[in-house]
Amino acid sequence: MKDQRFRIAHKEALIGIGLVLINFAIWFGFAYGLGAGDPAHYSYILGFPAWFFYSCIAGTGFMILLIWTVMKLFFKEVPFEEEER
Amino acid sequence: MHWQVVFPLVLFLMIIFGIGIWANQHIRSSNSFLQEYFLGGREMGGFILAMTMIATYGSASSFIGGPGVAYIKGLGWVLLAMAQLPAGYFVLMILGKKFAILARRYQAITLIDFLRERYQSHTIVIVSAISIIVFLFSAMMAQWVGGARLIESLTGLSYTAALFIFAISVLVYVIIGGFRAVALTDTVQGTIMVIGTIILLIGTIVAGGGIDNIMASLVAENPNFVSPFGAEGDLTPLYVSTFWILIGVGVVGLPQIAVRAMSYKDSKSMHLAIIIGTVAIGTIMFGMHLIGVLARPVLPGIEIGDKVMPLLTLKVLPPFLAGIVLAAPMAATMSTVNALLMLVSSTVVKDIYLNYIKPAANDTEIKRVSFIVTTVIGLAVILFALNPPDFLIWLNLFAFGGLEAVFIWSVVLGLYWKKANKYGAIASMIAGMTLYIVIDRCYPSVFGMHTVTIPIMASLLIFVSVSLLTHHKVKDTALIIE
Repeated sequence: MKDQRFRIAHKEALIGIGLVLINFAIWFGFAYGLGAGDPAHYSYILGFPAWFFYSCIAGTGFMILLIWTVMKLFFKEVPFEEEER
Repeated sequence: MHWQVVFPLVLFLMIIFGIGIWANQHIRSSNSFLQEYFLGGREMGGFILAMTMIATYGSASSFIGGPGVAYIKGLGWVLLAMAQLPAGYFVLMILGKKFAILARRYQAITLIDFLRERYQSHTIVIVSAISIIVFLFSAMMAQWVGGARLIESLTGLSYTAALFIFAISVLVYVIIGGFRAVALTDTVQGTIMVIGTIILLIGTIVAGGGIDNIMASLVAENPNFVSPFGAEGDLTPLYVSTFWILIGVGVVGLPQIAVRAMSYKDSKSMHLAIIIGTVAIGTIMFGMHLIGVLARPVLPGIEIGDKVMPLLTLKVLPPFLAGIVLAAPMAATMSTVNALLMLVSSTVVKDIYLNYIKPAANDTEIKRVSFIVTTVIGLAVILFALNPPDFLIWLNLFAFGGLEAVFIWSVVLGLYWKKANKYGAIASMIAGMTLYIVIDRCYPSVFGMHTVTIPIMASLLIFVSVSLLTHHKVKDTALIIE
């Protein structure tokens, strides 16, 4: 019989891949989407260029919140020791 | 050098020593020496796990080299550094529970123990052991040299004296305290790294008269400093994106990181570690690299990138705070070195000595051999670091990306793909390292990508195709991962 704990582990590994893809999309999209123009004409947020603010500051904050939410909602506690199978 | 700067550094060293002695008591009272000495008895909680992951991962280059490059290239380099965020959550999510469960089932102490059980192949054990010993020994030497140079520049001692202070302080607590001392000192060191980053970031912003002011000076000097493409416009989106492989997701393949994913207590610890680790790595990597950029208007005209962080700290902070902040790069270097020393030693003791030289060794013998091996390796590193041979410096260039290319697929596919077999693993390991060295030497940044990209892709392709082609030759070992 398959170890049920591994089904959970597999699901969580897929979530990890999903999170990296979201992380990358935010990082790439804002940086090169907003940052592609002439640097002399950037708009600024809290003193930082907008691309940098969204990609590196807000994006990182969002990822941390997202990871926290995902951990609370989808990650299950499983025993690691064998006798409890 | 002001004594007020040196004082926090000395205090830091004393705390580290104390932890080593405390951990040694655990080793004396443990009934399973190997598991205690090399894995700390698999008892790490969430906070310690997070800190030992980020402290091992964050090295001198995050505190000295990285900010130096950011000083030269501008905000584009901070963008690149943020590719390291996944190192905080991705590694633990991918290796995650499955690795922890299997490692317990097979009583694996090292990463190689796991590979041996999974693939049932001596060739894999030997190829892995050689890559770990050779490449991480040279990496350790490079970090050792970096640590000594740092102490040399901070205290004005000679390089040799600085090397001995640095090396002896690391060696003592690692040898007597084992993994538990390493993980606990990593916790102190990781905390110092985070706090030091925050203090220096605030100090720099204040000294520069606020973000608006600093950004305006940067734009006045060269508007490209605030663009994602770097001061010279040389940071292309493709090149920067491939760093997601090298310093982001590829970190799964680093043995010194992977071994930590088998040493924690329970799944609760892992969940907590993912959150804390991501916050910590985000703070350090964002903070330190941004500091490098902000330093430009505050401290203009520095020629050597590596000097930016120490000089900036001494300029913008009062002496005592400067001492705390300067303990951070030292902590980063030590916490990387101690993990490497532990890993190389466990490879020699567990994977070579106990597998091939004396499988029947009893606990007393294992204990003696472990202490001796750790000491000898440590002393050998000091010897080489006194006058680093070109060959080891050369090898160190491949210690990061090259090792990722060797191990990533054997570990990840070994965990999740039933058809992964030893032929595929061996072929991918050898191809990964060979391609890395060849591409790095002959065609650096081929097709505008970082060197690591093609070796990792190619070794995946080779792993999968060889495994499928040789499927009929191998007895089903897939049961192991079900």
